[in-house]
Amino acid sequence: MTDNKDTLGQTADAVAPPPPRKRRLSDTLKALRKAPLSAKFGLVVIVFYVVMAIFAPVLTPFGESEIVSNEYEPWGVEVAHETAGGGSETVTLMLGTDNLGRDMLTRLLYGARNTIGIALLTTCLAFLLGGVGGILAATLGGWPDQILSRIIDVLMAIPALIFALLLLTIFGTSVTTLVLVIAVLDSTRVFRLARAVSLNVVVMDFIEAARLRGEGLGWITLREILPNIMPPLVAEFGLRFCFVFLTIASLSFLGLGLQPPTADWGSMVRDNATLITYGDITPLLPAAAIALLTVGVNFVVDWFLHKTSGLRDDQ
Amino acid sequence: MTSSDNHDMLLTMRGLRIEGQSDDEWSEIVKGVDIDLHRGEVLGLIGESGAGKSTIGLAAMGYARPGCKISGGEIIFDGINLLEISEDERRKLRGVRIAYVAQSAAASFNPAHRLIEQFTEGPVEHGVSNRATAESDAKTLYGKLLLPDPDNIGYRYPHQVSGGQLQRAMTAMAMACRPDLIIFDEPTTALDVTTQIEVLATIKNIVEEFNTAAIYITHDLAVVAQMADRIKVLRFGETVEEADTRTIMSHPTEDYTKTLWAVRSFKKESEGVAKSVKPLVSVKNVTAAYGDVPVLHEVSFDIYRGKTVAVVGESGSGKSTTARVITGLLPPREGAVYVNESKLPGDYRRRSKDQLRHAQMIYQMADTAVNPRHRIRDIIGRPVAFYLGLSGNQLEQRIRDLLSMIELEPDVYIDRYPGELSGGQKQRICIARALAAEPEFIICDEVTSALDQIVAEGILKLLDRLQRELDLAYMFITHDLATVRAISDEVVVMLEGRIVEQGPREEMFKPPHHKYTDLLLSSVPEMDPDWLDELMAQRQREGVMESASSS
Repeated sequence: MTDNKDTLGQTADAVAPPPPRKRRLSDTLKALRKAPLSAKFGLVVIVFYVVMAIFAPVLTPFGESEIVSNEYEPWGVEVAHETAGGGSETVTLMLGTDNLGRDMLTRLLYGARNTIGIALLTTCLAFLLGGVGGILAATLGGWPDQILSRIIDVLMAIPALIFALLLLTIFGTSVTTLVLVIAVLDSTRVFRLARAVSLNVVVMDFIEAARLRGEGLGWITLREILPNIMPPLVAEFGLRFCFVFLTIASLSFLGLGLQPPTADWGSMVRDNATLITYGDITPLLPAAAIALLTVGVNFVVDWFLHKTSGLRDDQ
Repeated sequence: MTSSDNHDMLLTMRGLRIEGQSDDEWSEIVKGVDIDLHRGEVLGLIGESGAGKSTIGLAAMGYARPGCKISGGEIIFDGINLLEISEDERRKLRGVRIAYVAQSAAASFNPAHRLIEQFTEGPVEHGVSNRATAESDAKTLYGKLLLPDPDNIGYRYPHQVSGGQLQRAMTAMAMACRPDLIIFDEPTTALDVTTQIEVLATIKNIVEEFNTAAIYITHDLAVVAQMADRIKVLRFGETVEEADTRTIMSHPTEDYTKTLWAVRSFKKESEGVAKSVKPLVSVKNVTAAYGDVPVLHEVSFDIYRGKTVAVVGESGSGKSTTARVITGLLPPREGAVYVNESKLPGDYRRRSKDQLRHAQMIYQMADTAVNPRHRIRDIIGRPVAFYLGLSGNQLEQRIRDLLSMIELEPDVYIDRYPGELSGGQKQRICIARALAAEPEFIICDEVTSALDQIVAEGILKLLDRLQRELDLAYMFITHDLATVRAISDEVVVMLEGRIVEQGPREEMFKPPHHKYTDLLLSSVPEMDPDWLDELMAQRQREGVMESASSS
């Protein structure tokens, strides 16, 4: 910010021409157009995945765990399939079949649904827990802060994946426990971040003003603090989503994540791993799907981080 | 070290143009400014923020801040065109022949190194002198700048000396290579009046002694009147007027210069307080401490309806702490605050909504006092909705009334974010937020010290008008006696957590005073160019200087 925009003072600043009003929507579009190539690529990837996940039932004629042919069919094999009307049609299995003779492409599409859906739910939950905890700790200070922070320290002291394995073995491997366990473990990181950035906001005069006004905790945390810490939290959301997503995939690969017959990229790699021995790259496809999404999300998050940190001088 | 050049002219700038970048657009900040500076001459640059003063000051070293570029004109320093030589050659000039003293010495010193190490770095790096000579030179200069214990003070770290001493140490550093030109960028703005005067006097002496030319940048007229031989008034990156100090002080020709000169003329009507009236707010025998550190000792004063009490003192005197006790942020150890003769709970969390409503606060830094993510509508509307329970059209109407009251056009401003306002406008929003609660009493904590004088005066006038219209009581915390003179009915002078003197304004500005009040009052710069010299001569006679600098 150059100093020519500070004060356009006339004899009284009340009559000064107001600084130009920013138009938010067109600004967003402009920023999007000016985004680096990597960010645009990331956005395209994310949009592509979301569309695939949402429209999976439309995009494939088969059911999620329907056995359509023999196991380990090669790419491009043709099978006959009964349509809803009772007739029959010939469908090309572009990516062949898996170890139980299910269509690989169908499993990939449904896998996107399950893996991304559950990862998103888990991340949201982690942010709810960690975010609220972090802001509260920063706002209240004193012993509530001490207690919350020490609990988080204890949780973080145990290696996350091993802890998750332990908890899943104890509580069983339903989707609910999976979501809860990963959410709680990941919320520790969110807590740390939310607390740190909130601490910077809590010392501001406008928080003091709100306290002196007699505002309750809800208003101070949600209306005064939260809007000011959104940029770092949103950036963290992107990264956290990737980690959750990878954790689910790893747990599934180890057999403690989503349980068969639910399609899931992690277990798909494990189930078809033997094919690699024969020089078939099919089991690598779900792995590639994971990698691509992770890269895409990271590109977008990088760009967002860059944008928000650049905006800081402007504010 | 000074080159024995025959030319008397040291620095010439012709048609200087500098562009600044904001939101990827380049706009001109400095629009064709000419400067002529002779050897040994002091040129004062004065103007509001945004006038381009600092940018021009830096350009005198051939330097443009990141985000700025020198786009036109020429800068000739002692026959060298600074814009045509290489960056490397420019760097050789900086620090040796042209030096710079920044506004905030505390932020400009490296906290990890001793003062003298930072002093010697320049001369040694530039090959002007070796370490030992530079160190002994530093001690000489520290002595000349009247720093206490000049032989040893250099071995302290920046946090171990006071703000005024640090600013003088920085001036010594600038002098290290005996430059031909020093640029002073608001060197005393961040200091208390009593400290400012010492720094001014020493800077003035040393510049005269070494016959150094200087560009002195400030927004404070009274200061520049003491320091400069010639004054250049800038506005929006253009020269408004330039003349020698005495002429421009007594006969300004341009209207804008006249308005600048008239800034300190505002003075509100004060009828004094009728003693029969009961006080609105009474602070009674308040003693308070942060942990084990006592900060307030038996502070007592009254604030009457429709009147202003100005609380004056240096930083650390307990002014703001007193405000924290009144608002309930710091419960007192002893004593209490009474409003309408009923005792307020010490902790704000135990006060009722109504008790909170009646004491509102306006802060020094309007930037941090409003939530940058809230629209003006929400900032002003919240207290209205919260305390008075208005909603819908009534709320909207009330917000618009409040905006009109603070002289901001409702249609233009109601949906803006604070980032889209200027500093003075933000402070007005803070005033509106305080008024929205319909209080009886407002605490103003240094509300004008972060603003330009013209803008500050606008705020003071607004506060005065609101006081008359709404019969408000103000507690005005400030270290600026000009503000006190303008707005107060009663004055409370604080020093080290105690009240040293209090009384009606008219009495306070008339002798006899407490010794400290006297020091404070006499330290406020006056417009008279001879004021500083006369005062220093007088203080030398009376020996006040020693007692002041020893503290």
